[in-house]
Amino acid sequence: MNGPQTLFSKLWASHEVTRRDDGTSLLWVDRHLVHEGSHHAFAKLQSRGMSVAAPELTFGVVDHYAPTRSGEVASDIRRMIDTLGRNARAQGIRLFDLRDSGQGIVHVIGPEQGLTLPGLLINCGDSHTSTHGAFGALAFGVGATEVAHILATQTIWQRRPKTMRMTINGALEPAVTAKDLALHWISTLGADGARGHAIEYAGPAIRAMSMEARLTLCNLSIEGGGRLGLIAPDQQTFDYIKGRNFAPKGTDWERALQDWSALATDEGAAFDQEVTIDANDVAPTVTWGTSPEDALPITARVPDPAIMSGAKGQQARASLDYMGLEPGMALDAISIDQVFIGSCTNGRIEDLRMAASVLKGRKAKVPGLVSPGSAAVKKQAEAEGLAQVFTQAGLEWAQSGCSMCVGMNGDRVKSGDRCASSTNRNFKGRQGRGARTHLMSPAMVAAAAVYGHLADVRPLLEGRT
Amino acid sequence: MSGWTKINGRAVALPQSNIDTDQLIPARFMTAARSDGYGKFLLHDVRQDIEDHVLNQFASVDILVTRRNFGSGSSREAAVYALVDFGIKAVFAPSFGDIFQSNAVNNGLLPARLSEADIEVLIATIGREDANAAVDLTTSTAHIAGQKLSFDLDPVWRQKLVNGWDDIDLTTQHNKEIDAFRAARFAVHPWALPTS
Repeated sequence: MNGPQTLFSKLWASHEVTRRDDGTSLLWVDRHLVHEGSHHAFAKLQSRGMSVAAPELTFGVVDHYAPTRSGEVASDIRRMIDTLGRNARAQGIRLFDLRDSGQGIVHVIGPEQGLTLPGLLINCGDSHTSTHGAFGALAFGVGATEVAHILATQTIWQRRPKTMRMTINGALEPAVTAKDLALHWISTLGADGARGHAIEYAGPAIRAMSMEARLTLCNLSIEGGGRLGLIAPDQQTFDYIKGRNFAPKGTDWERALQDWSALATDEGAAFDQEVTIDANDVAPTVTWGTSPEDALPITARVPDPAIMSGAKGQQARASLDYMGLEPGMALDAISIDQVFIGSCTNGRIEDLRMAASVLKGRKAKVPGLVSPGSAAVKKQAEAEGLAQVFTQAGLEWAQSGCSMCVGMNGDRVKSGDRCASSTNRNFKGRQGRGARTHLMSPAMVAAAAVYGHLADVRPLLEGRT
Repeated sequence: MSGWTKINGRAVALPQSNIDTDQLIPARFMTAARSDGYGKFLLHDVRQDIEDHVLNQFASVDILVTRRNFGSGSSREAAVYALVDFGIKAVFAPSFGDIFQSNAVNNGLLPARLSEADIEVLIATIGREDANAAVDLTTSTAHIAGQKLSFDLDPVWRQKLVNGWDDIDLTTQHNKEIDAFRAARFAVHPWALPTS
């Protein structure tokens, strides 16, 4: 283990409890985040008569099924929320329940509460756990069997992924966000372009990014197939964490800063793959198909499957059929039925500020829902007057949760309707059966709301950012 | 979970790439208890929208042949439950979602990697029909639609599938090491414990 190391290798080595001859490592888990979807895992634990090994490192939150609007809650949704509450109480796990001031989407509240720290290994039964890597944590999503394993042992068996460094040179222009950058690289490398790899994002454009933008970028690592996303912590990271609820204090804080300052890739360390992107090449980007890789600059046109090769053309044709689009259409001529702003990808305060700066003094031509990423984000947005901007524009201001990103709580897009969405997946049926999703940044969603069709946000932001 | 080494059965082709876990099981079905059986939810909306969908044609299917990035997206293990409860024992594709692969192996479902070229030959040969298939885990070989194929499978996963191992049992043998690690972790890095 001499010689220059990557940030990933350092994090991996510091969590390795043991390694089998076959190369599989048993890793220590510092934080385990659970939600309503973890019911299979709790049932598994119970069937073995086991209890949670480290309840003090396990945190629960109601997000996937959290009701965001007033009115009756369906009985199966109620049951999902109650089951999590029962399991958390039985196992002595701190739960951020509905109406808790710390409630929110698991990947929004982790950083917000100071649970997400550099150097930690963080697991959650949710693919967007890659989000937390923005703090220099080893964070990845797992399935229910693995959730049960972590509950029972506070460890996880993992094969070491390969490493990829994605260096982002240059600078993003003001109206171009981490979301656009992510859609750009995923469309370039493919939805499985980073499969089996831990991605470290590096370069001047990353250093210039706020913590929230870094969270968005790491969040979307999984949409490019990445096992996890990572960004080396810096002063901005430390400033963000300091004083947060569960963050280290006093001498522990000083000790933490010392440890965290070593969390960077050493000069000369080798990666399995190196990718370089010029931030200046990134434009406001939207998706046209049913995979995040189906993304193009807003100034482009819907691609023509006829000029694509075999399987690719077949796939594009099926996507366009589902999306109800014709080849050659200008992307900014695609009219929409509604908008959604929220999710673990783009439901944080900076996202809402940017969308509000587009919408201020303007009316939305289509209806839409804004669901802040957490109760704290909601409170802050209301204090800053952002909520009022949204409601005055004609959009609905809701409670926090996963909401219309995944539709589990009943917030869904009607079949055949087209939604401009700040979320992470444009999969068939993701936002509701037959729903047509176009992914984009919150600012671009706001622009689409103003025009009633997909649109370039840049003119709308002139003089406003 | 019981292990297996060989299967014989019916293979069909799903000539799509990026079949994500949202398609494999739409989110609205995920409140069901596993004991209810998840097979009926497999590709639910796709199978309803396309009446003559290949999975609606046969009483049972054992093996799927499909294009790249199968099982991408959400980490929902329910996608694997839907496949397994439907009767699927192996999926052949050029690539799989990382989390899906782990979930599959944890439930006795084989995620077998073949080259794009092999997959395209199989898809062309099988078409919309069914084909006889045999899979042998011990040799990582398969006979599908008359083609003899060698597939890629992590040796660790092969062993897990063959033995039907449960990780929790394996891990509890390391309890001493885990306890020592835990004590050292928080002694050396006290900041890693949540405060408040």
